[in-house]
Amino acid sequence: MKDFASRFMRNKPAVLGLALLLFVVGVALLAPVIYPRSPFEMVGAPFQPPFGAYLFGTDMLGRDLTAAVAYGARVSLLIGLVATAIAVLVGVTVGGLAGYFGGWLDTVLMRVTEIFQTIPFFLFAILLVAVLTPSLGSVVFAIAVVSWPPMARLVRGEFIRVRGYEFIQACVSMGMSHRRIIFLHILPNALSAIIVTGSLMVASAILIEAGLSFLGLSDANTMSWGYIIGAGRSVLRMAWWVCAIPGLAILLTVMAINLVGEGLNDALNPRLKRL
Amino acid sequence: MNGTSQTLLRIDGLTIDLPPDADRPHAVEDASLHLDRNEILCIVGESGSGKSMVSRAILGLFASSKIRIRSGSILFNGEDLARATPARLRALRTRHIAMVFQEPMTALNPVMKIGRQILEVLDVHGDGPPQGRRQRVLDILEAVNLPDPPRIFDAYPHQLSGGQRQRAMIAMALVLEPDVLIADEPTTALDVTTQAQILALIREIQRKRQMGVLFITHDFGVVADIADRIVVMQHGKVVEQGTAEEVLSAPRAAYTRDLLAAVPALKPPAGPTRFDAQPDVLRVEGLSKTYGLAGWLPGSRGRQVQAVKSVSLTVRRGETLGIVGESGSGKSTLARCITRLIDPDGGQIRVNGVDLVPLGQRALRAERRRMQMVFQDPYGSLDPRKTVGSLIAEGPIVHGTAPDAARARAVELLELVGLDRRALERFPHEFSGGQRQRIGLARALALDPDILVLDEPVSALDVLVQEQVLKLLADIRVRLGLTVLFITHDLRVACQVCDRIAVMRYGEIVESGPVGQVFARPGHAYTRELLAAVPGRRRRIGFTAQEAP
Repeated sequence: MKDFASRFMRNKPAVLGLALLLFVVGVALLAPVIYPRSPFEMVGAPFQPPFGAYLFGTDMLGRDLTAAVAYGARVSLLIGLVATAIAVLVGVTVGGLAGYFGGWLDTVLMRVTEIFQTIPFFLFAILLVAVLTPSLGSVVFAIAVVSWPPMARLVRGEFIRVRGYEFIQACVSMGMSHRRIIFLHILPNALSAIIVTGSLMVASAILIEAGLSFLGLSDANTMSWGYIIGAGRSVLRMAWWVCAIPGLAILLTVMAINLVGEGLNDALNPRLKRL
Repeated sequence: MNGTSQTLLRIDGLTIDLPPDADRPHAVEDASLHLDRNEILCIVGESGSGKSMVSRAILGLFASSKIRIRSGSILFNGEDLARATPARLRALRTRHIAMVFQEPMTALNPVMKIGRQILEVLDVHGDGPPQGRRQRVLDILEAVNLPDPPRIFDAYPHQLSGGQRQRAMIAMALVLEPDVLIADEPTTALDVTTQAQILALIREIQRKRQMGVLFITHDFGVVADIADRIVVMQHGKVVEQGTAEEVLSAPRAAYTRDLLAAVPALKPPAGPTRFDAQPDVLRVEGLSKTYGLAGWLPGSRGRQVQAVKSVSLTVRRGETLGIVGESGSGKSTLARCITRLIDPDGGQIRVNGVDLVPLGQRALRAERRRMQMVFQDPYGSLDPRKTVGSLIAEGPIVHGTAPDAARARAVELLELVGLDRRALERFPHEFSGGQRQRIGLARALALDPDILVLDEPVSALDVLVQEQVLKLLADIRVRLGLTVLFITHDLRVACQVCDRIAVMRYGEIVESGPVGQVFARPGHAYTRELLAAVPGRRRRIGFTAQEAP
């Protein structure tokens, strides 16, 4: 564990990513403290450019863009984390069962996974949100539904790899139950791959959410980054900052998560980097 | 050899650096040796001795850019290869100095036909007129005794057997008629009968072409069969060199003597014990297993392989039965069927009278503790994320022993297999291969099994470590009165540890009997073939060692 932390800390880009991510998380947590009023409230004249009275200026309705971006961080991170958690749970369960038991169960589960993968994932997400009516819950659900198949495939592969080791045969010949072998012997050995992929899934979930709310497919009562960009696109030529600033927020957050994810990968699999 | 020897390759004071995070600073330290025309020089040593590094330094073929030559020279025809440019080395490779690797499966490109791969060597070096190249490839395939060269020319690597692939590799190395052939463990991945053929081939071609062959190996039996001169390496240093006669019959270095003494003798230890009066612990009857490679569509029949064909055997209390055979003989499948890691198609497996075959999942789980297994791979057979203590204690805990009692027992077992109790809190990667096999043995013994199934338990170990583990096994076996099923491909090992031997081929037991009888008067032609192929018989390696006190 100490090895892992020191390996991670030696990776400069990953530390930068972690710092950036902690900053975004901090802003998200503190948003209601810094901006006690609703981000939807009008505070002054519309179209004020950034670095004037308000740090990031105001939008076409005179709302404070700084507050909007801070509240947007809450929504983006929350949706990213919850959707990923669900997708990881489903993906690990499906992939683990398929990889461990193999046979007909594997065939059935993998065919189902493939059906999900044949539908373009973003269109599928749009469809789901549109059918379920846009809300926080339906967006999370849609993102989770389109994100789990790659995790299932990865976990299946990892389970098949670990299952092939002789120590699993030793477990079987000692008379252990399937449950014990799966949870105590295979899962811990597959965990690093799951953590790395899971962290990268958070980034893509944030992107999907932004895309959906850009198209207006999000809860109208939550201020998210995609929503601000979507609302600002009609005034792009007179007030570029309405789109650019939340766009930058998405870029930096996704980049931070990716850097952390890759740092985790290098730190958890030190042998891959040598040679 | 006969006065007019010409030195092809002279290595002087060669030191090779390892990356800074390696366990020692130099892979090779101040090594000096030379290779003459028309001789086979064997470099022999255990894993980590630096023997492969020497061979790779000659052609600049290091696996990592962090490994580099620090000092010394490698003279070939008056040219120092240690200082040659990459372009120059490339031009020398295969044309003047060719190499054959250990793994015939991965050293050939699987998506390219054999003939095409050898032609490529000629094309790259632009050798001879293009029209004649195909014929040259066919000629060289014939020279390495491959049957039907035109067919081999158009075959893909997976369509050939391991031995044929290694012949194709040798053909590829020889097609430009090099002066020096470097063979890095070329027969280690092969069965013993195939190994004997490949060794004979290398010998024959070396004589015919008057080449110098640098032969890297860990196996003193192979050395004895093929070497003209021998270099012994340990920890990156040359500890001894001389003619084969000198080194094998009168070794000067203590390390060489230890290595030679560790080669198991091909003569069973004195005083065969009879177990006829003992009760049967394991009785297998008519056990069969067929692997069906299922067809792609439901209902279609794929290819079927009968891995075990109606095998019957009996092991009595306290007895060790050795199952020997080459790869593909079905010995591992048999072991895994007996321990019910694989479901057999039919037959009976009676352990103390209880048939394990018809048992359901739950009943079987309770019965499994009667039969424990030690595996071949010291790296893959221990869960890397568990401490040694919990690895050993887990089995008994699963079967209802109190955790405290199980851990106390784990300490006893560690001491029994010759490890310190401090090992309890450490992880498998902190131990060497031999120590890991000891841990694997302790884990198997933790459940107090009636039968211990050992599947090639010492095959992955160096010869000195192998000797220690075999001694430990023999000692524990007597002390605990264990009944053992010992699976191995190595007749020398089988000879030392087994009371009775069953020889397997193509899924059947072709011969079985007390070890002394099978080795002295083999009844089946295949057993005789196997025995004749054991390397080192010619110079009686292992016999002299046995006679010393």
